[in-house]
Amino acid sequence: MRLLEVILPLATYINMRIVIAKPGLDGHDRGAKVVSRALRDGGHDVIYTGLRKTPEEIVRIVNDEDAEVLGLSTLSGAHNSLIPKICEQLIENRLGSVIVFAGGIIPERDIEALFRTGVRAVFGPGTPTSDVLDFLNEALIRKQNGSPVGVGDDSGWNWND
Amino acid sequence: MTDISDLLISAKSGDRRSLSMLISAISESKYFPSINSTTGWILGVTGPPGSGKSTLIGQMVRKWASSGEHVAVLALDPTSPLSGGSLLADRIRMEGEDDLRENVFVRSMPSGKTPGAISPNLWPICSVLSECGWTRIIVETVGTGQSEFRIAALVDRLLLVDGPDRGDIIQAEKAGILELADVIAVNKSDLPGASSAAQHIRSSLSLASNDNREVVLVSAKKGHGIQELIEIIEKCEPQNTRGKMMMMERLISEWDSILVSHPEIDKIISELCDGSITVREAIEILVSSVRDGGS
Repeated sequence: MRLLEVILPLATYINMRIVIAKPGLDGHDRGAKVVSRALRDGGHDVIYTGLRKTPEEIVRIVNDEDAEVLGLSTLSGAHNSLIPKICEQLIENRLGSVIVFAGGIIPERDIEALFRTGVRAVFGPGTPTSDVLDFLNEALIRKQNGSPVGVGDDSGWNWND
Repeated sequence: MTDISDLLISAKSGDRRSLSMLISAISESKYFPSINSTTGWILGVTGPPGSGKSTLIGQMVRKWASSGEHVAVLALDPTSPLSGGSLLADRIRMEGEDDLRENVFVRSMPSGKTPGAISPNLWPICSVLSECGWTRIIVETVGTGQSEFRIAALVDRLLLVDGPDRGDIIQAEKAGILELADVIAVNKSDLPGASSAAQHIRSSLSLASNDNREVVLVSAKKGHGIQELIEIIEKCEPQNTRGKMMMMERLISEWDSILVSHPEIDKIISELCDGSITVREAIEILVSSVRDGGS
C-alpha cells in the first residue's frame, strides 16, 4: 500500500509523448538531459534526439514519434534563425497541434519574437524542473478545453507572461 | 472509427503523418486492425544492455536502406515502474544519412504496463507497417528475462547480440535464449576478447551435432562484418518449429490487450487490492464480459 501512495501523486500528470531536441551546433546537452530526466520522472514518455539536429531532422522525428510536445534546447545563439524555421516546418507538415517550448541561453529581448512564431514557453538557466512540468500540465488542460496551444494555433497564451 | 480507416488508407498510400498517427492509435488500444496471421519480414534483435544493439541496428539500417529496402525500426525501452514515464534514446544511434531518410522509419516505444516489456499491440503494429510497404521491420528489445522469449515468438527471425569478455552469453545460455536465436553476433570485434568470445559460443553450439547456426564477429562502431551479417540474416528462413510457439504467443498477446483495455480493469484491480474479490472471481468477471461482446 505504501508504494501505491508514492506512485499515485506522481501519476497525476497525464502521460504525454515529448521529443527533446538539440538544434544547431553547440555540443552541450546537460540541460536537455536534465529536462528529459525530470519529464520522465514526471511520468511522461521522453524521446531525446541527441546533438546537432537540423530542423528537417527534428520535424521528421516529431512526426515519426507522433509526439504531442517538442522541447528545443539551444545554447549557441542560433535560436532566432533555427526555432522559427522548425515552427514553420512543423506547420507545413501538418504538425501544427504540437506544443513547442524552448530552453537554454535565450536573451530576454528575443523571447517575444519566439512567442509570435508559436513557442509557448521559454525557460532560462536556473528554472526549477517542476516549472516545466507545471507548464505542460497547464498547456494540456488548455488543449483539452480547446484553447489554442499548438505551434500552428493563433498566438496568445504563453507560460512566461 | 471512420477516420481511423481513412488513416489506414492514406498510410498505405505512403503518408508518414497518417502512419505515425495510426501506430499511436494502435499502441493506445484505440484501434485493433483486423490482420491475418501472416505478416511481413520481421527481425528481432536482443542481447544484454550495452552490447551495442542500437548501434548495430543503425549500421544494418543504412545498408538495407541504401539497397532500396524500406526499413522500419521499433525500439522498445522500459517504462519506469515508479513514475510511469520513460526516456527513449535508442534512436540517437540509429539515424541514417539524409538521403536515406525517406526509407527509414524509427519509432521508440515504451514498454508500458505490460509484463515482459512487450506491448501486446506490437504485433498489430508490425502488421500495419508491413501492409504499408515497409519491407524490413526490426524490433529491438531490452535484453532482460522474459521479454526475450516473447520477442522470439513474435518475430520471424531472431538476432542475438553480445559483446566481448562479458560472460553474459553464459547467462543467456542459462535462460535459454541462445537456443531461440537464429543468428548470433559478437559485437565490438575491434576490442580484445571478441574472437575468443565468439569461439566460446561456437564451441557451445557444437555440442549439438545438428546445430549449424552462425556466429558472426562484427564491429558496429567501425562498420566491420555488417555485410556478412546481413547476408546471413537474409539467408535465414523462418523456422517451422517455432510456428506453434509463435501462434501461442500471438494469442496470449491478443488476450493481454483485451484484458488491459477492459473498461472495468481499474475497478477490478482496486477490488483485488482491498480483498473484496479473489483473483479467480476477477477472471470470471473479465471473461464473462468478453464473452458477452464487451471490449
